[in-house]
Amino acid sequence: MILFENVSKIYSPTSIALQDITLGIQPREFVSLVGPSGAGKSTILKMLIAEETPTEGKVLLDGMDVTGLTLGELPYLRRRVGMVFQDYKLLAQKTVYENIAFAMEAAGKADSEIEKSVPEALEIVDLVEKQDHLPHELSGGEKQRVAIARAIINQPDVLMADEPTGNLDPANTWEIVRLLQKINELGTTVLLATHDKQIVDYLDRRVVSLERGKIIRDEMKGKYDL
Amino acid sequence: MGAPLTFKRVLSSGWLSFRRNGWLSTATVLVMMLTLFVIGGLLLLSVVTNSVLRDLERKIDISVFFKKGTAENQILGVKHDIELLGDVLSVSYVSADEALANFRERHRDNPEILASIEELGSENPLPATLNIKAKDPQNFSSIAEFLKGKNYPAVEKVNYFENQKVIERLSAIVRGVRSVGIAIVLVLGFVAVLVAFNTVRIAIYTSREEINIMKLVGATNWYIRGPFMVEGVLHGAIAALLTAILFFPVVWLASGEILSLVPAVNLQTYFNENFVEFGLILLIVGIILGVGSSMIAIRRYLKI
Repeated sequence: MILFENVSKIYSPTSIALQDITLGIQPREFVSLVGPSGAGKSTILKMLIAEETPTEGKVLLDGMDVTGLTLGELPYLRRRVGMVFQDYKLLAQKTVYENIAFAMEAAGKADSEIEKSVPEALEIVDLVEKQDHLPHELSGGEKQRVAIARAIINQPDVLMADEPTGNLDPANTWEIVRLLQKINELGTTVLLATHDKQIVDYLDRRVVSLERGKIIRDEMKGKYDL
Repeated sequence: MGAPLTFKRVLSSGWLSFRRNGWLSTATVLVMMLTLFVIGGLLLLSVVTNSVLRDLERKIDISVFFKKGTAENQILGVKHDIELLGDVLSVSYVSADEALANFRERHRDNPEILASIEELGSENPLPATLNIKAKDPQNFSSIAEFLKGKNYPAVEKVNYFENQKVIERLSAIVRGVRSVGIAIVLVLGFVAVLVAFNTVRIAIYTSREEINIMKLVGATNWYIRGPFMVEGVLHGAIAALLTAILFFPVVWLASGEILSLVPAVNLQTYFNENFVEFGLILLIVGIILGVGSSMIAIRRYLKI
């Protein structure tokens, strides 16, 4: 259960990123956050992993106040929340396999566990043959699939994707969307920030629409409608 | 998480990134070599100046000349009085006979001088002397004042009063060179450390994206810092090793020059005798520099 309680992010009186947001998300939900650039989608996602802290209000993950965590506790929160970005954020000097294994190594998982889980994740994102390639040798869609594999490798409760298809062509976009659906079906809560109308309409799941830092619509089976 | 497992991963990932960052590692090692070379050079230079200064100080003394025919126990009495003074380092007694023998020895290549001594026959023209060395050249005036005050009847003269100006000037030079030397060492050392620190900072700046990614996948701060510290150790150790090797030809070249300028200083011998300590100092400074710079430079990227 994710809960944003009266959350505001105010940089200055003329620069307000979020204004009094209250949003509850149940486990296993697939929620799309839609809205134009600057509406506050990314800010909401960043707050859940405490990369941004709210000026007012609370962010709760399964009853735990994320905003009150110390620097030392943050890594453990971030292992419970997988994150995918528009620009992939892969480690350029590590191979596909190493990029995925890194998230497990950082979490202190045993080598045997890593050797078992990484090939499974590669299987899910269909990149088994490319496991020894470096990121620059991959297409955009492939890079994003590596990023998704890395995000789910520690079996997080929540997967957040911030414009994951923003840099991709239509064919790759649909591949990523189906992958997110599949991960959601396997039991992970998915939070997708996007401004792609086609994706949202296709998904036919909950849509939260944002505009200038406020929630203007929240529909259980929504369409992109701004 | 198991500590040995984490340690192993940190070590191997540090080593890996050291190897993959070929050019950056090379540049960092080179700049650190420069820093260590400056620090090592200053160290050797201070050894040279110190021994020159000490040599110079050793040459400063005052002599008390006694009247001809003064009994030895009278001289030894004066010697005893002087030795009781706190500022005195040593007093050596040179009898008239010894003074003559020393004189002959010193001029053995000059037959004319020797012949003129022989002409005097059995009479020894040289007086007995006490040579006084002070703990600090500044103390000579008080010792001289003491002798003047005592006004020993057997004392012919004290040469301090003739050499006063020279001694004072010399000890001022010694003091000046020492303090200026320390200042130069501190300033140059500081500059060298800053240059090395900035290079490491740039290296870490290029990794900021990587650090950010590590944070986002849930790596702890020590897990992120670790590999950079390992790299820092490698940079420092390799730079120290190469610098130590570099010093061999440099000392070999410089030593000859210095020897011809100041015969009292044999840099080569000193270097050979103290090479292990010298290398260790470079190694420790290099590692502290490498690890310390990394730790400071990475701090700001870990605060998210």
